[in-house]
Amino acid sequence: MNTYTPKTAGSPGPTEETLGIRDLGFWIYLMTDAIIFSLLFATYVVMFQNTATGPVPSDIFDLEHVFAETMFLLLSSVTFGFASLAAIRERKGHAVFWMIVTIFFGAGFIFLEVSEFVGMIQSGAAPQTSGFLSAFFTLVGTHGAHVSLGMVGITVMIFQILIKGLTSPVKSRLHRLGMFWHFLDIVWIGIFSIVYMPGWLI
Amino acid sequence: MDAQTYSAKKLITGFVLALVLTLIPFAAVWTMAFSVGVIFGIIALSAVVQVGVHLYFFLGINSKTPIENVLAICFAGILIFLMVGGTLWIMFDLYERMM
Repeated sequence: MNTYTPKTAGSPGPTEETLGIRDLGFWIYLMTDAIIFSLLFATYVVMFQNTATGPVPSDIFDLEHVFAETMFLLLSSVTFGFASLAAIRERKGHAVFWMIVTIFFGAGFIFLEVSEFVGMIQSGAAPQTSGFLSAFFTLVGTHGAHVSLGMVGITVMIFQILIKGLTSPVKSRLHRLGMFWHFLDIVWIGIFSIVYMPGWLI
Repeated sequence: MDAQTYSAKKLITGFVLALVLTLIPFAAVWTMAFSVGVIFGIIALSAVVQVGVHLYFFLGINSKTPIENVLAICFAGILIFLMVGGTLWIMFDLYERMM
């Protein structure tokens, strides 16, 4: 990591150590988020057979749709990686370009997820229909909300890079946002492996 | 956050591995070429390996990760094991008893 040179003597800015502590703090936040998602997964596994008189998982899960969502999220994770790489190599334009690409893939994912949710609700598979659907919408919806917030974060990050340049604090924030984004892709592996695929098989 | 955590080669390698580990379970579910039990095994194994791939290639978790971060992972792992394991144990035990 490059050393941070304060612009004025009055504002020394964060030191290397401070930025390291912020990384650790964000990592601990991600671990708490992992616990939240684990418990939502546990709730789903307990509830998924409680379909009441509503639809069962194989009625409403479309595997092609899920595959497209998976590809969008995986590609967005890789393009964010390229943005981080460009930032480390001090290539401002490249970093902004890759982050815009990441937003496009993220938006594609959210579009597919929202269209899936709207289609389900219109066909009578709403969250209040059964315990299975409540657990499904809570788990997948929480993940979708995280991705949406991540996209807000990426938008803010693009403006920070354009206005402030690739200073040490900006690169540090970009790194933490990247951790968040990659973490969400890991949660998605759990969602397609525990929710969609078994739902299609059973 | 250094040059070792990210390199274009590492990102591409991670992407190809993640892609293969996504295609394997999707193909298994799509074709239904095996029994349901075997497909579940394929899904579980691919998922665990792919999480490892993401942690190593994208999140940069390796042997040089600071001990504090590793401790946080271990602590979260213990909590997840207790809470998820406990939830499933209690709820499915209850389910059996209610039959």
